[in-house]
Amino acid sequence: MRTEAEIRDLLEQVKDPEIPVISIRELGVLREVNVDGDKVEVIITPTYSGCPAMDVMQEDVEKALREAGIERFSVKQVLSPAWSTDWISKSGRKKLLDYGIAPPPHTSDIRALKGGAPVTACPQCGSTDTILVSQFGSTPCKALYRCNACLEPFDLFKCL
Amino acid sequence: MTNKEALFRYAVRMGDNSLVLGHRLSEWCGHGPQLEEDIAQANIALDLIGQARNYLTYAGEVEGKGRSEDDLAYLRTDREYLNVQLVELHKGDYAYTIARSFLFDAFHLALQQALTTSTDERLSAIAEKAVKEVTYHLRHSSEWLIRFGDGTDESHERAQNALDDLWRYTGELFVPDEAEEVLAKAGVVPDLADIRAEWSATVDRVLKEATLKRPEDGWMARGGKKGIHTEHLGPMLAEMQTLQRTYPGVEW
Repeated sequence: MRTEAEIRDLLEQVKDPEIPVISIRELGVLREVNVDGDKVEVIITPTYSGCPAMDVMQEDVEKALREAGIERFSVKQVLSPAWSTDWISKSGRKKLLDYGIAPPPHTSDIRALKGGAPVTACPQCGSTDTILVSQFGSTPCKALYRCNACLEPFDLFKCL
Repeated sequence: MTNKEALFRYAVRMGDNSLVLGHRLSEWCGHGPQLEEDIAQANIALDLIGQARNYLTYAGEVEGKGRSEDDLAYLRTDREYLNVQLVELHKGDYAYTIARSFLFDAFHLALQQALTTSTDERLSAIAEKAVKEVTYHLRHSSEWLIRFGDGTDESHERAQNALDDLWRYTGELFVPDEAEEVLAKAGVVPDLADIRAEWSATVDRVLKEATLKRPEDGWMARGGKKGIHTEHLGPMLAEMQTLQRTYPGVEW
């Protein structure tokens, strides 16, 4: 029998398949771990409705549990409350930045969602002289930016 | 019509609107006018198809006959598709694609915002996710419509022609069918008259900035909500469903 904390530790190994430096806990996708005797229930929530990484994350959670010898488990996806980039942990934001992806602005910055593009610092050189190239990037959760200082393109994890 | 039948039809309609537009937009993949737009349309298509999965899964559960999202998507004929005709029209040139997306996105955002407070927990949960995605869709299509309308003579003319051609398909968005009437009366879905007012305000605001003329309301096409479609839907479904029709139940 495992405790909830042990299961949570175990699930640290499950990463976002598109951004393999950040775990599903740091991403805010892991919502609940419920342990009842030898039964384990894990609840995850999708980032975007159509994010193809979700099915992979679900399979990876199942694989991690199975490999740890846990036989009775269920992994459920729930839609509500809807995932928000505000749920990405502090360590998650730092890892994104180190990986070369600018972390998302906070949703309380209304401009990020409604008006013009928010001020975004280049993850390579730190300059804030950057420009939005496209709202849509290499995955549903990213926007494409360019730094005017070092001229490097980069991804922004966009605010949701 | 019972509430349950109405809810099934409504979930199918919402799923079909997203699925059909999502598939249409995916036709730009590899053919976009520029790389960033190619990626943008693929992303938007992905959001829409994800929403469709949520709705069609729910529809199958409401119906209670064991049909999955895939059964509903791949094994219904065009006459069983309940989407509005606006979303099924061919992709046209890029101005046409953008104008159609704009007219639909403005409607879709207002509707999803209203559905976040639906008394049906599942509809509100799906809407809570969708509303964030559709906010980005409307922003994208609005920006491009403004760029085309307020761009060159050529882009302005193409955008205006697209709007003039598409306008007759906007009426259907706001004419409730029986399912929508039943659910609106039960307070599960919003009154389409309210959605229309909001849509109209968005359209006026963006068209003004785009220096485009709002077409006059005239004859409006309808029928999609009861399964009567334009000549564009059949070939699209034939392509989308060909694998499941040829090899029933195939997986890979």
